[in-house]
Parts: sequence; C-alpha cells; structure tokens
Amino acid sequence: MANLNIRDAKKAYGNTEVIHGINLDIEDGEFVVFVGPSGCGKSTLLRMIAGLEDITSGNISIGNEVVNTIAPSKRGVAMVFQTYALYPHMNVFKNMAFGLRQAKMPEDEIEKRVNAAAEVLQITDYLNRTPRALSGGQRQRVAIGRAIVREPKVFLFDEPLSNLDAALRVQTRLEIARLHQSLGTTMIYVTHDQVEAMTLADKIVVLRSGIIEQVGSPVDLYENPGNMFVAGFIGSPKMNFFSSKAFTRSIATIIEGAAHGDIIGIRPEHLRVTTKENAMLSARLELLENLGENVLAHFVSQDDTALIAKLDRLPTEKIGDTMHFTANTNLIHLFDNKTKIRK
Amino acid sequence: MAVVAQSSTFSRIFWPTVAWLTAMIFFFPIFWMVFTSFKTDADAVKPEYLFFFTPTFENYLNMTENYDYWRFAINSVITSTFATAFALVVGVPCAYSMAFNPTPATKNILMWMLSTKMLPAAAVLYPMTFLTKNFLGIYDTHFLVIVVLMLINLPIVIWMLFTYFKEIPKEIIEAGKMDGVNTWGEIKDILIPLAWGGVASTALLCFIFCWNEAYWTVRLTTTEAATLSKLIEGNRAPEGLFFGRLSAVSTAAVGPIVVLGWFCQRQLVQGLTFGAVK
Ligand SMILES: Nc1ncnc2c1ncn2[C@@H]1O[C@H](COP(=O)(O)OP(=O)(O)OP(=O)(O)O)[C@@H](O)[C@H]1O
Ligand SMILES: [Mg+2]
Repeated sequence: MANLNIRDAKKAYGNTEVIHGINLDIEDGEFVVFVGPSGCGKSTLLRMIAGLEDITSGNISIGNEVVNTIAPSKRGVAMVFQTYALYPHMNVFKNMAFGLRQAKMPEDEIEKRVNAAAEVLQITDYLNRTPRALSGGQRQRVAIGRAIVREPKVFLFDEPLSNLDAALRVQTRLEIARLHQSLGTTMIYVTHDQVEAMTLADKIVVLRSGIIEQVGSPVDLYENPGNMFVAGFIGSPKMNFFSSKAFTRSIATIIEGAAHGDIIGIRPEHLRVTTKENAMLSARLELLENLGENVLAHFVSQDDTALIAKLDRLPTEKIGDTMHFTANTNLIHLFDNKTKIRK
Repeated sequence: MAVVAQSSTFSRIFWPTVAWLTAMIFFFPIFWMVFTSFKTDADAVKPEYLFFFTPTFENYLNMTENYDYWRFAINSVITSTFATAFALVVGVPCAYSMAFNPTPATKNILMWMLSTKMLPAAAVLYPMTFLTKNFLGIYDTHFLVIVVLMLINLPIVIWMLFTYFKEIPKEIIEAGKMDGVNTWGEIKDILIPLAWGGVASTALLCFIFCWNEAYWTVRLTTTEAATLSKLIEGNRAPEGLFFGRLSAVSTAAVGPIVVLGWFCQRQLVQGLTFGAVK
C-alpha cells in the first residue's frame, strides 16, 4: 500500500500535448475516480501511472519512489482493462497465475493466491475454462482476479464496467466497492459514468482537455463546484444555466452581490414549484418525462432558455401552461460570465 | 453477390458449371504433365498415342538413376526449410514491433518493403551474378540460395505476419507487460500462441514460394546447391523434345509440395484469404 503523487506530469504524442501538467496527490487506501468527457485524457493519465505510456515531463511517484522509468510490472500496480484483455489461449487459472509465474513465485503459493482470489470473486467453478467460454461478467471477474493475485499497491481500472449490461454494472459496481473496503488498497478508477463516480469515489478528479478542473469528494463537487464545467458535469440531469433575464424579478433582490451579467446555475432537483407571487422564475411547460420515482419537467423560460426541473409528482398543469418556481438562495450558484468560475 | 443469394435454378446450375470449367482449365496442364510422364519420349510426341499408350515408369527410373533426382530434392528441402525458418526468425520480431510499437514511419517502411517486389528481378541479375561469383565467391552454395530465397520472401512474410498480429488486441500485449513478461516472453507466450494459425500459414506459404522459386535458383546455381527448379530447367534439353522425361521430372518436382499443400489446405486457404474476408 502506498500513496501516489503526480507532479507536473505532461504527455505529448509528437507535437500534440494531451496532458498539460497534472498535479495530484492520492492518499494510501483512497478510492479515486477520474471523470471527464471523452478524449479528456483519463485513460492516458491512468496509463502513465501504469507505465504503459511514458511520461513526457514531470514525475509520478508511488510510495515516495519516482516510477517514471520503472517497468509497469515493477511499479506495484495492477490494471483492469475495459476490454478485459484476458489471454484467450489460457484457462482462467493460468490467466490469473501468469503474472505470478513471471515473477517466479513458488507454484504452491501461486495456487494459494489464485484459489483465494477465485473464492472471493466466485469464479472457482470456472478455473479450467478458457475466457471464450465465459460471460462478460465472468470475464470481468477474472480480469479483476488477475489484478488481485498480484497484491498490488495500487489498482487501476479503465472503465471496467462499460461493456456490461445495466443490471450487471450495478452489481459489479457494488462488488468493486466491497473489494475496496476489504482490501483497503488504493484504487484509481476511470469512468465517464458519473453515478459510478459519485457512488464509488472518496475523491473525484474532474478532467477536461488534459487539465484538472477540480478535485474533491463527491458531495463537495456537487455542492461547491469550482466552475461551470464541473457544475454541469456532476449531477444528472445537468444543472440549469441561464442569465438573469430569465428571472421574473431583478436579480439583485434575489441574491445579494449578484452582478447583472452573471450566469446563474440551479440544479433541477433544487427548483421548487410555488405561486406566481413568490416566483423568481416562470416558465412554460414543454414536455414531461415520468421516471416513476420522480418526474423530469422540461420548460422554456421567458427569455427562451431551456430548463429542467425534477418534480416529486406529475404537475396538474398541462403542456403549454406556465409554472412558477423558486429555490433556496444557498442552492443557487453564480458564475462569472467571462471566466466561468464560481463566485 | 445478389446473383448467388437468389439461388434460382439458373444460378444453381450456371455458377457451379463455370466453377468446374475454370477448375478444369487450370488443372488440365497438370493432368497432362502427369499423364505424359508415363509415356516414353518417343510416344509422347506421336499423335496416335495421344490417349492410348502403354504406361511406363522408365522416365521415373531414369530420373533417379541418371539425373540424381534425390540430390536436387534434398537441396530443395534444405534451402526451402532454412530460408523459411530464417524468414520467420527475422519476420516475427519485425512484424511484432511494427504491429505493437508503430512509429510514424511504419507505414512507409511497409510500403517500401512491398515496393522491393516491384523491382524486376532481371534488373539485378548481372550484379548478383557478378558479385556472388567473382567477388564473394558464394556462387552455387546453399548459403547463397538460402539467403536469396529468404530475402525475396521476407516482404511477404512480414506483411502477412503484420496483418495477423494487427488482429491481436493491443490490450492483451499490455496486460502481459503489466504481468511482467519480457519482450521475448511476449512473443513466445502471448503473440505466437495467439497468432499460431497465421504464423503457420505464413510459414507454409513461404515454404511453397521457396520451393517453386526458379528465377534465382536456376541462375545462381550449377550443381552443388541446385534445386528441383534447376533439375527441370536442365531437362528442358536444347536438342529436342524429351517430353516424357521432362514431364516426369516436373511431376516429381512439384509432387512433394502438392502433397504438403493438400494436407495443409485449410491453413493455406485461411492464410491466403485472411485479409480479403475479414
Ligand atoms: N497514441 C496516441 N497518439 C496520439 N494521440 C493520442 C493517442 N492516444 C490518445 N491520444 C489523444 O489523447 C487524448 C486523450 O485520450 P484518452 O484516451 O486518454 O481519452 P479518454 O479521456 O480516456 O477518453 P474516453 O472516455 O473516450 O476513453 C485524445 O484527444 C486522444 O485523441
Ligand atoms: Mg479512455
């Protein structure tokens, strides 16, 4: 087990820099999730930690030892790939034992470790099968098992659940959380599914175009997003953004210290239905999506901005009617129009 | 391929007929060669014995007694085997590095290798003969034949292996790296077992090309390292028409490779059509 520190890490392919100087500290035993839109460099950063991509400049250290030039297998990290990347010509046992055999571990110790991991992952019955004869979920377990047996200091997961169906994804997500609890090992997990990020992470790292936008606990990012990008990225449905023109009253009477050009952000779940007199926002109902436990109502405000509200139940108003909303002022976020930074 | 898919009576009869006819046209010369090899040289040119004649093994017996068939055959086996083996020894690591650690130049290198096949062999005939005979003194040696056969087949070997290796997901090789396997282990424990079919069909094809090669083997050998191609060439007697003898020699020369090809049909078809049907 070990902490992991990244200092000014950059990565360039030829002349194109894709990671622009990352600084990040990960504590021993932490579950860290990298999120961000496609192409932002999550996998690249993870692969730099793994040693599969070399580091153009900067340092990555694991347990206070700089690992920049250390071979992947010597870094004490194990990786679970999105495509599982099992060895198709070896059975499950051999797949899991392969790394240990490379390390010249005694055969009885290998057997002990593989059997123990298989037990935990409930794949004991499949040890003699080849990956071809396994379902997607079982293959994923084998891939995780192959990482576990090496008893790494850091686990790396690159979108491990994205090839599974929805039900299996939820189940496997829970198992990974449980695994983290029981092993207590540092884990770094890449995903663009923010539910995974919110539920698994001790710490979320939001990346965009090769830079870190914000680092924080899930609650922290949800409640205090540092800028518009993070605010929009964390939370589903997305936070509503609009200008003060959408308000029925002058913005100064709603939020103290708000400037006229500021961008206003309110999460759909924080909009409350109210009467016309108390309203800060009035909007025309366009579409209703009933999700069962709640209803997503799509509106158009008086200045033609699209808004979403998460309601507890179906409103009595009909499509085309105007509805009135208010929100707790401490749940309203203000962003600078130019810098997009939260005020 | 809509025509085939419909499978009307017309297409059910028409296409197989076309296929059979084409096959017959291609097969006929081979058939005729084998057929003629059982005629005496005298009979072979007489129209009255075109189909009806007394079969004889004379040509075959003559061949082993007078022309030392076995020496040529052994030379063919030695040169083809070693050339194939060396081509793989060079080709596998080469294709591996191009498939899994490509650089911006990889595409160009591959094209360049292929372009060497576009150079007419005759263009370098004089330098090759001159250099090997007068300068290096390796003319008519097994070494020379092996090197030449290996070099002329290397582009194809690398291209085929490259195509097969490309099929292997990069992540599997990376998983190997995470597991701590070294480069040789990657090739031995992961790459070759996974691309085994491809490596085998590449080897087989290379062997066949080596065996059948005639341009260089005929011109760079006299007796010592002469292969079966040279034997056929030598029996194309300038003084006349020993068709029976020539047919027997040819049959005996292509025989082994046809048998080999027959047993490895599946591998071969897979290898030859791999890129096309993917
Ligand atoms: N081998 C490469 N050569 C050149 N550019 C690359 C290479 N690999 C990745 N990139 C670029 O680096 C950037 C980051 O890619 P990366 O795979 O890390 O994104 P990601 O965040 O994992 O995206 P996704 O969510 O789609 O997996 C992308 O713009 C990509 O085009
Ligand atoms: Mg990725």
